[in-house]
Amino acid sequence: MVISVSIESENRDIENSMKETARALLKEKKVDVIIGYSKGTVPLSSAPILIRNVDEVERLVWNNLCYINLAKYLVPRIPQLIDPEKGDLNVGIITKGCVGRALIHLRTENQINLENVIMIGIPCNGIINRKKIEKEIGENEILELFTSGNEIIVKGKDFEKKFSFEDYVNELCKVCKIKAPPKIKELQGSYVGECQEVSSIDDNFEDLTEFESKPTVEKWNYIKDTLQTCTRCYACREACPMCYCKLCFVDQNKPIWFQKTTEISDIISFHLVRAMHLAGRCVACGACSSVCPVGIDLNLINRKLEKIVKERFDFTSGIDASKMPPMMEYSMDDAEEFMLEED
Amino acid sequence: MVTELKQEETLKDIWEPKILAFLCNWCSYAGADLAGVSRIQYPPTIRVVRVPCSGRVSPYFIIKGLLDGWDGIIVSGCHPGDCHYLTGNLVARRRFAILKELLEFFGIEPGRVNFMWASAAEGERFANLIKKATEIVKKLGPNKKFESKW
Repeated sequence: MVISVSIESENRDIENSMKETARALLKEKKVDVIIGYSKGTVPLSSAPILIRNVDEVERLVWNNLCYINLAKYLVPRIPQLIDPEKGDLNVGIITKGCVGRALIHLRTENQINLENVIMIGIPCNGIINRKKIEKEIGENEILELFTSGNEIIVKGKDFEKKFSFEDYVNELCKVCKIKAPPKIKELQGSYVGECQEVSSIDDNFEDLTEFESKPTVEKWNYIKDTLQTCTRCYACREACPMCYCKLCFVDQNKPIWFQKTTEISDIISFHLVRAMHLAGRCVACGACSSVCPVGIDLNLINRKLEKIVKERFDFTSGIDASKMPPMMEYSMDDAEEFMLEED
Repeated sequence: MVTELKQEETLKDIWEPKILAFLCNWCSYAGADLAGVSRIQYPPTIRVVRVPCSGRVSPYFIIKGLLDGWDGIIVSGCHPGDCHYLTGNLVARRRFAILKELLEFFGIEPGRVNFMWASAAEGERFANLIKKATEIVKKLGPNKKFESKW
């Protein structure tokens, strides 16, 4: 793939047009508040921010560390987005492709009313895999990270390292085909900025073939080794826009389905059930992996979910509002090659 | 030394898997009953849990079963289209399809978890499928993946 413009200039363009749109929306009083990204308080991070008037728009930021999925703040609405007298505020939300998918999917699940939400679409150019960079740097303290041309530059006290953007972008972003929020015809009025028309996506899931061809033992060893470090802090759950259950199955104590220890069996069961719950719902934003404090890469499992659902039920979450998610539907004609049959 | 080895071998030979079977009340449970009253022989490996419908079986049950050390899990319900609650088994089928693929992806032998349809009139089919499932699980050996340190 030849990139004609550099990541750095792309970021600048996105940021400028995003700020312009945000200013216009606030001036015209179309929205009361805008949710966006701002500079993080520590390096390698970004923070969500609420913008209420035009002067504050300058604080909006777009860089390749905006890994948070902002849809999380709308389901359920955080109190700052509800006025005690007027009720739900008109919200503008900075929407990259996966945030758009999340919003549309949540609408399909009747969790959100998008009538007073305006999506400010931006063509996302990929999120940096910050865990990978942290691993490369090791013990040294990172003070600054920025992109220059097509390279990521990491600065510390007495070192400076360069990484190529293409190698250090998230695995999910490498195969992502929905960079800008997908448009659906039911919501023509709520899009501003850059959006794209998506009817279906072609994906051959080549990135999974290597892992899938491994024998069962190797798969188990890999999964076990990767998940072993999990401390069950549930950061992945908190960051996931699809995890909106009022009582999560791991917090339930009547009955206690799965124990709360960090034994490998309990960890595996948590991740298995988490995956089951996200089947046909995961929007591939990679927020779960980005927030993991021990750097577990859940993207592999999420990709597999996407593959199963695409191949079995021809469904991709968050691009088509007229289609029901597979786990909310049934059909007589589903494949059943996995059922036990007499010889 | 020689005697020890022999003993080990015999232990392995007599090992029979323990299989947890979720049978739906309307078809498979009656099917198992029919197999019984017809005196059809099948391996005594299954322990039956009667559930109202195969749609009642949540993935929690299956994963928890594996965690608790069952060597295999069977879920059996009515044939598609024959469900007492009309669509319970169709909903279940989608769930099982995903669970089975996920288990395989996680490197847990997919043969440990088996899904089947057996109606109330199919005592012989039920017995045959249990035989088959037992053979599959027996080949995989005891379920030791989730053995706890405690």
